[in-house]
Amino acid sequence: MRHLLSTKGLTRDEAVMILDVAEDMADVAGREVKKLPALRGKTVVNLFFEDSTRTRISFEAAAKRLSADVINFSAKGSSVSKGESLKDTAQTLAAMGADAVVVRHQASGAPSVLAQSGWIDAGIVNAGDGTHEHPTQALLDAFTIRRRLHGASARGRDLDGVTVTIVGDILHSRVARSNVWLLTTLGARVHLVAPATLVPLGVGDWPVSVGYDLDDAIAGRPDVVMMLRIQAERMNAAFFPNAREYARQWGLGDERLALLPAASLVMHPGPMNRGLEISAQAADSARSTVLEQVANGVSIRMAVLYLLLSGASEGLG
Amino acid sequence: MTILITGATLPNGDRTDLLIDRGVITETGSGLSSAGAARIDADGLTALPGLVDLHTHLREPGFEQSETVLTGSRAAAIGGFTAVFAMANTSPVADTAGVVEQVASLGAEHGYVTVRPIGAVTAGLAGKTLAEIGAMAHSRAAVRVFSDDGLCVSDPLLMRRALEYVTTFGGVIAQHSQDPRLTEGAQMNEGALSSELGLAGWPAVAEESIIARDVLLAQHVGARLHVCHVSTAGSVDVIRWAKARGIAVTAEVTPHHLLLTEQLVRGYDSRFKVNPPLRREEDVLAQRAGLADGTIDIVATDHAPHPLESKECAWDEAANGMVGLESALSVVQAAVVDTGLMSFADVARVLSSKPAEIGRLSGYDAAFEVGAHANLALYDPAVSRAFSTEQLHGKGINSPYLARTLPGQVMTTIHDGYATVRDGRLVDADEVADAAREAVARG
Repeated sequence: MRHLLSTKGLTRDEAVMILDVAEDMADVAGREVKKLPALRGKTVVNLFFEDSTRTRISFEAAAKRLSADVINFSAKGSSVSKGESLKDTAQTLAAMGADAVVVRHQASGAPSVLAQSGWIDAGIVNAGDGTHEHPTQALLDAFTIRRRLHGASARGRDLDGVTVTIVGDILHSRVARSNVWLLTTLGARVHLVAPATLVPLGVGDWPVSVGYDLDDAIAGRPDVVMMLRIQAERMNAAFFPNAREYARQWGLGDERLALLPAASLVMHPGPMNRGLEISAQAADSARSTVLEQVANGVSIRMAVLYLLLSGASEGLG
Repeated sequence: MTILITGATLPNGDRTDLLIDRGVITETGSGLSSAGAARIDADGLTALPGLVDLHTHLREPGFEQSETVLTGSRAAAIGGFTAVFAMANTSPVADTAGVVEQVASLGAEHGYVTVRPIGAVTAGLAGKTLAEIGAMAHSRAAVRVFSDDGLCVSDPLLMRRALEYVTTFGGVIAQHSQDPRLTEGAQMNEGALSSELGLAGWPAVAEESIIARDVLLAQHVGARLHVCHVSTAGSVDVIRWAKARGIAVTAEVTPHHLLLTEQLVRGYDSRFKVNPPLRREEDVLAQRAGLADGTIDIVATDHAPHPLESKECAWDEAANGMVGLESALSVVQAAVVDTGLMSFADVARVLSSKPAEIGRLSGYDAAFEVGAHANLALYDPAVSRAFSTEQLHGKGINSPYLARTLPGQVMTTIHDGYATVRDGRLVDADEVADAAREAVARG
C-alpha cells in the first residue's frame, strides 16, 4: 500500500486484510509491553492543518506502538499561510526525511494533491480532508462492527448482510462518505437518514438507500445506528430551523433508543453533542461502541502505518 | 509594408491570393504578383479573419506577475487574435477614463493586437454604485463594453439601471451570471461528483436564474445584454427562449466549456478549477448545439492567467481560471469543426465578426474584401500537436490542455497589415512595435 487516500478505491479483499492486520495489532494492546519494533527507524509526521486532538493522538499512539519516530506538525496557527503552504510544508518534511505523512486538511483532496504532487515521496495517509473522506475512521468503524458481531472469530470475515443506518449531516460528513464506500464494499447494506437539506445532491448514484424519517429507519431494526456530529455552523445556514427541531426529528433520544433492538450497535465518531444528535443514555448504554471505536482506532492506524511503511504488501491500494 | 499571400483557402472554401498594402487588402484573386512584397505561401492553409476575443484578462495594471498587456497580447497573436477586449478587474479597477486609456495605449504601443478595454459597471467592482461609464465611453479608449466580470451585478435594481444607462452611450453590459448567495464557497459544478469529492457545489440554477432575470430586465428597459461564459444546458434554453421573444441578448461560451467536463476535477488538479466551473457532458453538448444554431453568438476565451503559486495548492485554495488565448482556435476546431457541427465560415463568425459587432469594434465586418482592414490569420487545420508549455506565450501556464493533443496551428497572424506571427512563431516585439508606429503614422 503506497498511500491511503480514500476508501473508495479499496477492494473487499484489501479492506478485510487491513482489518485482519488490525486484529493482530489489537492483540499487542493486550500485552504487558504494548510495543512492536516493526517501524523502528521510520519517521511518521502528523501534519495537521486543522485541529483534531483525538485523531492526532490516535495516530501518534499507533506510530509509537510500532516504534516509529513521530513528529507532530500543527500547521494551523503557525506562520504557514494559504497558497504555497502545502507545497512548502511538504518539501520541508521531505527534506527532513519523513517516511509517512498523516494529513488532516480543511480542503477536500489536499492529501491527493500531496500524493500526486511530486513534492514529497513519503506515503500519505488521509486523516480527514474537508468534506471528502476520513478513511481510517471508516476502517475503525468497520473493525468495531465486525468485532462486536463476530468476536474472536472475526478474522477473514466481511460485513455481508449487516444493516447500517447512518444518521445526520451526510452532506458535510467525510466520515459518512468513507463509511458508505467501505461498508458497502464489505457487503453491508447502508441506509442514510437526514433532513433533505443535508442529503448530498446525486446521492441516487450511491450504493445506498436514503430516507428522511429516523423512526421508520429504527422500525427496520438495523444492526447498527451510526449518529453523525452536527456542527454548530450548520445551525445558522438554514439547513434546519434550530437544534431543538433537529434533536426531535433526527436525534437518538431515549425513546428511540428503547425502540432499537437490544443487539443493535450505537456508534458515533465523536466528539458527541450530547442532547443534540445523541442522548446521554444512548451514548453511555451498553449498545454504544463509542469508546471501543477510540480504542480500535489505534489498532486500525497501526495496521495502516504498518502496511504503508513495512513494505508488507506491495502493490496493494 | 506590402505582403502577398498566395493560395489561401478562405472560410467559404474559395482559394485566393491576397495582396496587402498599407494596412488594407488591395487585391484578391489568383496569380497576383507584386514586386518587393513579402510573400507568404498559404497553400493548404485556411485564412480566417483576425480573431476577436471579447473576454480576456490582461491583468495590467496591478497584477503584472500574472500577465501584462504585452505578454497577453503576444499570447493573443500566437492564437490568431488581432483584437482583445480586456476585462476590468485590474488594480486599480478599470472604472475611470484614466485606467482604460492607459490600457488601450499600452496595447497600441506594443502593437500585437488591438486592445479594447472593458469598463467596470460598478465603482471598484463593489456592486454598489455605477462606475463613470460616460467618462469611459467618451475617453480615447471609447469603451463600449462594461462588465464586473468575476463578480455578478446581482442587485436587480442596479442591474436595471446599468442596462438603461449604458444604452445612452451605445454600450452593452456583459454580465457574469452567478447568484452570489447560491454559490458561497462554491468549488465545482454541483451534482453527484461534487458530492462524492466533497467539494462545495456551484449549482446550474445560480447561473440560469440570473440570466433569466437579466433577459427580462433587458426586455423591460429595451437594452442590450451580453451573457458571459454560458456553461449550463439550462442557460442555453433560457437564452434560446429570450431570443425567440426578440430580446436583445447575445451570449458567449468559452473554448473549455465546449470541450472539457467536470470529470477532470476528480484528481483535484487545480488547472481544471475555473469559474463558471466545468460542467457535465450534457452541458458541453448543449453549448456546442447552442453555438451551432446561433443561440450562443460567440466564443470568448476568458483567458485568465495566474502565477504558479496560485495553482500549486489544495483545490479550495487555488485560484479560478485557465489561460486560453493560445489554444482557443484549436479547441474550437476539436469541439465543433472536427465533430461536423460547424464550418470555418461559422468559426469566422463566432470568433471574429460577431464579437467585433457586439463590442462595437469596426473593421471586422467585411473580411477579405478589397478595401477591408488587413487583420487575418493563416491557420493549418491539418496538423496535430502535443500541447505543452512551449505553445504558451503569456505569463500563465495554467492551461488545461497541457499533455493533450490538439488539432491545428496558427502559422501567420497579420494585424493592421503587418505580421505579428510568422512561420508559426511570434515576430520580435521591437519589430511589431515599429510596424505599429508606422501604421499609426500612416493613419
